[in-house]
Amino acid sequence: MISIKNVSKWYGSFQVLADCSTEVAKGEVVVVCGPSGSGKSTIIKCVNALEPFQKGSITVEGISVGDPKTNLPKLRSRIGMVFQNFELFPHMTVTENLTLGQVKVLGRSSDEARQKGLKLLDRVGLLAHKDKYPGQLSGGQQQRVAIARALSMDPIAMLFDEPTSALDPEMINEVLDVMVELAKEGMTMMVVTHEMGFARKVAHRVIFMDAGRIVEDAKKEEFFGTPRSERAQLFLSKILHH
Amino acid sequence: MDSGFDFDVIRRSWGYLFREGMTFTVTLTLLAMSGGIIFGTLLAMMRLSAFKPLSWLAGAYVNLMRSVPLVLVIFWFFFLVPYIGAWILREPNPIKVGAWMSAVITFTMFEAAYYAEIMRAGIQSVARGQVWSGYALGLNYWQTMGKIVLPQAFRNMLPVLLTQTIILFQDTSLVYVISATDFLGAASKVANRDYRLVEMYTFVAVVYFVVSYGLSTLVKRLQNRIAIIR
Repeated sequence: MISIKNVSKWYGSFQVLADCSTEVAKGEVVVVCGPSGSGKSTIIKCVNALEPFQKGSITVEGISVGDPKTNLPKLRSRIGMVFQNFELFPHMTVTENLTLGQVKVLGRSSDEARQKGLKLLDRVGLLAHKDKYPGQLSGGQQQRVAIARALSMDPIAMLFDEPTSALDPEMINEVLDVMVELAKEGMTMMVVTHEMGFARKVAHRVIFMDAGRIVEDAKKEEFFGTPRSERAQLFLSKILHH
Repeated sequence: MDSGFDFDVIRRSWGYLFREGMTFTVTLTLLAMSGGIIFGTLLAMMRLSAFKPLSWLAGAYVNLMRSVPLVLVIFWFFFLVPYIGAWILREPNPIKVGAWMSAVITFTMFEAAYYAEIMRAGIQSVARGQVWSGYALGLNYWQTMGKIVLPQAFRNMLPVLLTQTIILFQDTSLVYVISATDFLGAASKVANRDYRLVEMYTFVAVVYFVVSYGLSTLVKRLQNRIAIIR
């Protein structure tokens, strides 16, 4: 469904992505990990064209992301994205956050959008907070609303960019639980995270990146069993035993 | 004339001063504010555009307006607008543009440059992730700007925008150079007619002070309230 082929990207003369290639099949959950600055957040932002890339190609269901003729808003509306800092719209209520895209992009009536939004809000356990502003919610609650907002667009795939990195430890699980459930339902997911527990539980594949390269791209069992690269072994030993 | 001063002149000319003069001043301020903020916001968006010629054009406009004295711009527009109008409407002779229309156009264009800089700072104060978040939902540039970035930028900058408007309110008194009857112009006419210069100019100063100081106190309160909400 998502196909990344030989993608390279530079910020000026600094190369952030070097010849990256991978595939994400329908229904597959792929975890992307690696040290900070390895390019893992950048590559996931390239998938829905929030970051441009200079070389290679990315296609989503056969549609080329880098092609200037591609209708990007339409493409993006089909891919849900969840950010590290939630990025809910602070000047809108939770319900308004959930309906904006549905009404403006998908052309749903505000009634229809509202019903859909509230259903999803109920699913992430936050229906009681529908009229609050994001600033009145905890980080974990905000992130769950953000997931509901992405789901409200009926996406064909979901991208998660370090969804739990900005959270207090006691809130991480409430967000991971929603993600696990989503994975079990068969949602196609690409997740940048350090939560190896999540990876063990639901990932099909793990990609390890370092210095802009995909160093390891392996089935979960292989990755946690015997990672081929020394760099990945070192990384795993560090984050598993801290 | 015992004391030499006759403050009764204020009472006698009250209606003229406020119904004509102050109405002109306030209407001009409000029109130039609305027009200036709309045009200024567009300039700020142009200036932040990735498309270089657009950004350069807006930058040149803002810098030009901010580098020329307002009085000069008022004069310049007053004499030039009739020719520009004639050119746009393809009339052979300069069209007639009164002091009022000329003042509205001038102040809108001039203030837009200042509002543009404020809105630019406001747009930049909105986190990059907010823009990403809008795009990721499938919103296009205008929807992202209109629904997400500008409302937040506007709210963040409201106190500064209002402070600029207070300056605009005072600056409108410069229309006396094109003989428009604003508050100062009206007072000036009465002062010269009745030869009551000290009384009238003192009164005008007091009124400008009360309005401007009152408004800036309100802005300060607003600032505190916004600080709490954040």
